[in-house]
Amino acid sequence: MFNILTNVRGQIVGGLTALLMGGMSVFSFAQAGGHESVLRVIPHADLKNLDPIWTTAYISRNHGYLIYDTLFAMDSDFNVQPQMVDTYTKSDDGMNWSFTLRDGLMWHNGDAVTAADCVASLARWGKRDGMGQALMTAMGSMTAVDDKTFTFELAKPFGLVLESIGKISSNVPFMMPASVAATDAFEQITDFTGSGPFMFSKDDWVPGSTVEYTKFDGYNPRSEPASAAAGGKLALVDKVIWTYFPDQMTAMNALQTGEVDFFESPANDLAPLMSANPDITVEVNDPLGNIGFLRFNHVLPPFDNVEIRRAALMAVKQEDYLAAAVGDQAYWSTCYSVFPCGTPMASDIANDIIQVADTDKAKAALTAAGYDGTPVIIMQPTDIPVLSNFSLVTAQKLREAGFTVEVQAMDWSTLTSRRAKRDPVSEGGWNIFHTWWIGADIMNPTSIAFSGNPDAGWFGWPTDPVSEAARTKFFVAGSLAEQQELSSIVQNQAWTNAFSGHLGQFFSPVAYRNNVKGLIKSPVQFFWNISK
Amino acid sequence: MFYVIKRILATIPVMVVVALFVFCIIRLGPGDPASVIAGDYATAEDIQEIRIKLGLADPIPVQMGKWFVQLASGDLGKSYHSNMQVTKLISQRLEPTLLLAVTTILLTVFVAIPLGTLAAYKAGSWVDKFVMIFSVAGFSIPVFVLGYILVYIFAMELRWLPVQGYRSPFDDGFLLFLKHITMPAVTLSVIYIALISRMTRASVVEVLNEDYVRTARAKGQSEFKILLRHALPNAAVPIVTVLGISIALMIGGVVVTESVYNIPGLGRLVLDAVLSRDYGVIQGLILFFSFIYIFINLLIDLSYTLIDPRIRY
Repeated sequence: MFNILTNVRGQIVGGLTALLMGGMSVFSFAQAGGHESVLRVIPHADLKNLDPIWTTAYISRNHGYLIYDTLFAMDSDFNVQPQMVDTYTKSDDGMNWSFTLRDGLMWHNGDAVTAADCVASLARWGKRDGMGQALMTAMGSMTAVDDKTFTFELAKPFGLVLESIGKISSNVPFMMPASVAATDAFEQITDFTGSGPFMFSKDDWVPGSTVEYTKFDGYNPRSEPASAAAGGKLALVDKVIWTYFPDQMTAMNALQTGEVDFFESPANDLAPLMSANPDITVEVNDPLGNIGFLRFNHVLPPFDNVEIRRAALMAVKQEDYLAAAVGDQAYWSTCYSVFPCGTPMASDIANDIIQVADTDKAKAALTAAGYDGTPVIIMQPTDIPVLSNFSLVTAQKLREAGFTVEVQAMDWSTLTSRRAKRDPVSEGGWNIFHTWWIGADIMNPTSIAFSGNPDAGWFGWPTDPVSEAARTKFFVAGSLAEQQELSSIVQNQAWTNAFSGHLGQFFSPVAYRNNVKGLIKSPVQFFWNISK
Repeated sequence: MFYVIKRILATIPVMVVVALFVFCIIRLGPGDPASVIAGDYATAEDIQEIRIKLGLADPIPVQMGKWFVQLASGDLGKSYHSNMQVTKLISQRLEPTLLLAVTTILLTVFVAIPLGTLAAYKAGSWVDKFVMIFSVAGFSIPVFVLGYILVYIFAMELRWLPVQGYRSPFDDGFLLFLKHITMPAVTLSVIYIALISRMTRASVVEVLNEDYVRTARAKGQSEFKILLRHALPNAAVPIVTVLGISIALMIGGVVVTESVYNIPGLGRLVLDAVLSRDYGVIQGLILFFSFIYIFINLLIDLSYTLIDPRIRY
């Protein structure tokens, strides 16, 4: 308490002095920044956690991309390209890899980026990320040979080495100084020195409000043009300032009046209002969009019975969800692949199972499955409109099919803790929740969304050894054809055993003032190459 | 002085009870900061590991004991999310909220008391009716609705004022501060103007019927002097009481106003902390607000002795 009062007293005394000494200047319209070019951004969420390895939150990932760099990165064709790495080699059997860093890589404090930093960063990431854990399981040793070269010696075959260390979404293997990467993977880092195109100052960070990033003059970009996360990262503005707006309407108004330049994630229903303004561009920047998920709890009745899960899926229809939750058809499309449509692993294997959309057939299937009227508890997160509407559509469709349904309203934070419970419904358990995955996170079977291992899998805990075996093999698959074959098995199992319901693909537009140029099309919002 | 010391000492057990209550009520509620931190795609094992690291896996009495030890050393704790000291978070956010509250109170006092006094003086006239209609409307219109209406008129259409944000008078200049604080302060003050003007009217009407006012009139004093010297000072005790309660209630009002105008103040900090189950911040903030509440009540009680010399503690 004393600290607060001292701080405030200091601020007030200092401020009053400034007021008295400043004379007429106190009536000026002083604007921070002067002649600096500043990109003012409304991010999709408040940046609460600064460590993108400690959390999978997308906002922390986006923060990470501004201040850190990656060894490899995914381009817009989903190919992994070198980023910090200059050259690399691998042995014919794929068991030995050697990587050499580019010249001129530098931390924000001026020190050179070394191979030892990269090895330490990979080790920390490998303790938290799913693909990282798989890679580390196969890893014999990671060694920094000299300042610029490090090697992998695999103990067992692993086919996704580059895909793992070049993954585009959470947790992204960002490179940090070795001293920072030595932090326990389950504790937050406290030093935010990166080697990315922008620098972060913790002193200027106001959680819940503002984050400032300053251009790092020492950044040495690649010469190739930017392509998704890959290519040259050119910082074309002096500062990027994120200001979080808890209220969408205020955010839209601020964009309309030019108080901000870029609105990362406006609600779809605000898009027409902004499109009507000739100074604003509204467009979809993420080609993969988001995939809606209806998740069953496989360990509790009634959805411990596969026939009842399939009956539930017969009752629902993607168009109903997308119309209710997203609205404008310009921002959604149906997709019956477990992997995002338009990506290399997408297929139509067994997708007739989730296209029935017939209440009568669902009723008949439910009766045949021996449903005994056990109530279905649907957790409805009322603070996230899309998911709230998904929940209501499911409730209605299941009721029409003969299920007894109870919708329990709660906020998302409550849902995230409750969904981790495997307890019976009477002790806080649940039967269904809804969420969405960004397309980039479920492009192949390695995502935990497709786990068939009930002990180490994602909430809902399906059991499917066939799918799990295919996922395991996917990690060592050598060719695209082999990967697609294994992905087909995973999809077949996912639909046949009704792991989840897929509610279609939907896209969130971005909105920006017309003087903002150079946006990169990508599943992740990047802020390099943007000028204004 | 003895009374003041006694009152200050009395805050200690009150704060202890508040701390206990807050600690328990947060833990009894649903949700868990670890699951929010871990993110949507974490496994149950990841969440449990984070709970252990944050000390949330400890038995509740152990967690409580640790927190009380912290409090005893003047440390309100840390945010589980940002890892920042709660005292730093509060000091970052205090200025916008404090200045919004002060501006609102000044606006309220300078508008509501003359308005209420005028309504009382002209009781039954169209002026009185107008003030009362305004008062009912002020009570009825939700803060966020009024906020959006003002934004639409003054920011979107006329472009006189900014839509959102806060500028410090100390860092950015007084005029810029004024431009940013005007709409939020007007939005927040309307309900208090409505409340205080009604209260003032009722008190002044009552006083104006007293014998000493009649005597003053009989002695030939002007109506202005009667209002200023006799009516208002005697009507002040209930007005100050309501004003004090209003300041305390304002803590709730700033949450909405700060959200509508995107002001990074304490109201939004509370809301964000609750939504993300940031126990450390919620606990620290509620203790801080309780302290402010108690302090305001003490000031109100002490102000009675200045307003009414008959009151002695």
